Amino acid sequence: MKIEKQAQAGTMQSSDLMVFVEPANELKIEIESTVKKQFGHLISAKVDEVVAALGVTAGFIRVSDRGALDYAIEARVKTALQRASAA
Amino acid sequence: MAINSVGREIPEVYNGKKIVPYGGPKSYKPDLMTATRPIKRNDSGKSKVVGGLRDAIVASGLKSGMTISTHHHLRNGDRLLNDLVKEIDALGIRDITIAASSVHIVHAELVPYIKKGVITGFECGVNGLIGELISKGELNCPITVRSHGGRARSIATGEVQIDVAFLAAPYCDEYGNFNGFFGPSACGTLGYAIPDAQYAKTVVAVTDNLVPYPALPIAIPQSMVDFVATVDTLGDPKKIVSSTTKLTRDPMGLQIAKYASMVIDATGYLKDGFSFQTGTGGISLAVAGHVRDMMRERKIKGSFGCGGITGFFVDMLEEGLFEGLFDVQCFDLKAVDSIGRNQKHQQMSANLYADPFNMGCLVNRLDCAILSATETDVNFNVNVNTESMGYLLHNTGGHCDVAAGAKVSIIVCPSIRGRLPMVRDAVTTVTTPGETVGVIITERGIAVNDHLPELKEELIRRRAPVKDIHQLRDEIYSITGAPKDVEFEDEVVGLIEYRDGTIIDTVRKVRA
Repeated sequence: MKIEKQAQAGTMQSSDLMVFVEPANELKIEIESTVKKQFGHLISAKVDEVVAALGVTAGFIRVSDRGALDYAIEARVKTALQRASAA
Repeated sequence: MAINSVGREIPEVYNGKKIVPYGGPKSYKPDLMTATRPIKRNDSGKSKVVGGLRDAIVASGLKSGMTISTHHHLRNGDRLLNDLVKEIDALGIRDITIAASSVHIVHAELVPYIKKGVITGFECGVNGLIGELISKGELNCPITVRSHGGRARSIATGEVQIDVAFLAAPYCDEYGNFNGFFGPSACGTLGYAIPDAQYAKTVVAVTDNLVPYPALPIAIPQSMVDFVATVDTLGDPKKIVSSTTKLTRDPMGLQIAKYASMVIDATGYLKDGFSFQTGTGGISLAVAGHVRDMMRERKIKGSFGCGGITGFFVDMLEEGLFEGLFDVQCFDLKAVDSIGRNQKHQQMSANLYADPFNMGCLVNRLDCAILSATETDVNFNVNVNTESMGYLLHNTGGHCDVAAGAKVSIIVCPSIRGRLPMVRDAVTTVTTPGETVGVIITERGIAVNDHLPELKEELIRRRAPVKDIHQLRDEIYSITGAPKDVEFEDEVVGLIEYRDGTIIDTVRKVRA
């Protein structure tokens, strides 16, 4: 999947997250979270997993997490990437 | 370092004081006399009004190095503590210790005065920014967090000596009689201020509503008051109500409340003579609603409602569901209005409420109490002091007092808050020891502590969703993932004192 334009998905509500995606020459992922100290490692692993599964190799992905569970992270990241790649 | 009986490492000395590690909820009683203060003699019947705040500070003899107190009945609407510290600074006084009954978010205005050295210690817990900055190591200011009962005890024993108490007095006469019932800054009961009035070396009543003598009914009498000061305003009573004092509509919260009412019913105490306390959280109020309905249906006449009192309890009193209310803190304006006109809505001092070192405090007479939690653990310990980042953000309130006193203390909290599991291997900070906690309820089930086997059996018989606390934790972890612990430095920036004065936990500097 190729990131062709800016896109976003999610909300800033508690237990949700916002995902911002934009084109870039290489893959860069930035994660900010209210529970980074406790769950930063798991959030990061989940984002990496979705990015790899969709075959995204370049793009700037910024995650602003408010304590979302894994299924929400997966859904929001997937949606943002699909929106960014659609023509 | 010593390890206390809840497994926490406790320093031997903190801020120059020798520490007694916590060793159980009901085992410690030092062999001491209660505190004393100088004898006063006043043969004059003349007015005690000295002028404004600055005049009162001067008249009180406040000097650098002393300890002052205020009460927090106006909660986030309080002006007095902020205005007082400004005046103290203007007079060039430094190195003041604050021993207020609590410090609220509005008192973040004090931060510059801590940095400047006007305030150099807190003999009380704090809510909000001050605690956060202390946790980060950005404010060098020792702090001892106390429960309401613990604070009252520390004043009565003389462990904390207040040099000057500045007590907001919403309805006050020129000779120092006052109450909190009436006036533009009415806050209702003055329960937290009573130990101060009784033991502080000098007592100043500060009022924005000087009324003709005598100010009746008297909550704190002229015989305990040295001076009267007048100010434009003590604060804004509309800000007594916090955003948390509303009945929940959240389906998860309502489910928890339903389970809590099942537990209360199963205790067998819900009959004539029932006594009950809830907090102000949305779930607590929903539980109170269920209890009210059950009392109505079964025509139960309760004994008393206790604690911080809300309009909800006032309605129950006026409906005849309780014989009386014991009120240490009015949590909303309906409670403020009630205490001024209902004789059975009784003001109580913090000592009467929850001080363990007397001939018996009110919490000992409680059947069931609903308490909240920031997090809990598999040993039933509860944390209400530190939040997910490890920062000290909340005062203890009456949490550990009520848990120790009530026959069945019931903790209500959602199983997950913003991915954080609310039942963990170990809480970040022990506020209330698990041995005083009866039941932990989340929307995923009810965990009953081992010291209540009959209640557990009865709940199982009633087909309530009883789960082992470890099972509950595992179920929650399977959804959230296992959290990493917040990392702390070795440096102790504050103490969490248990109600009897022993130290149950420390607050350490959060690793950046």
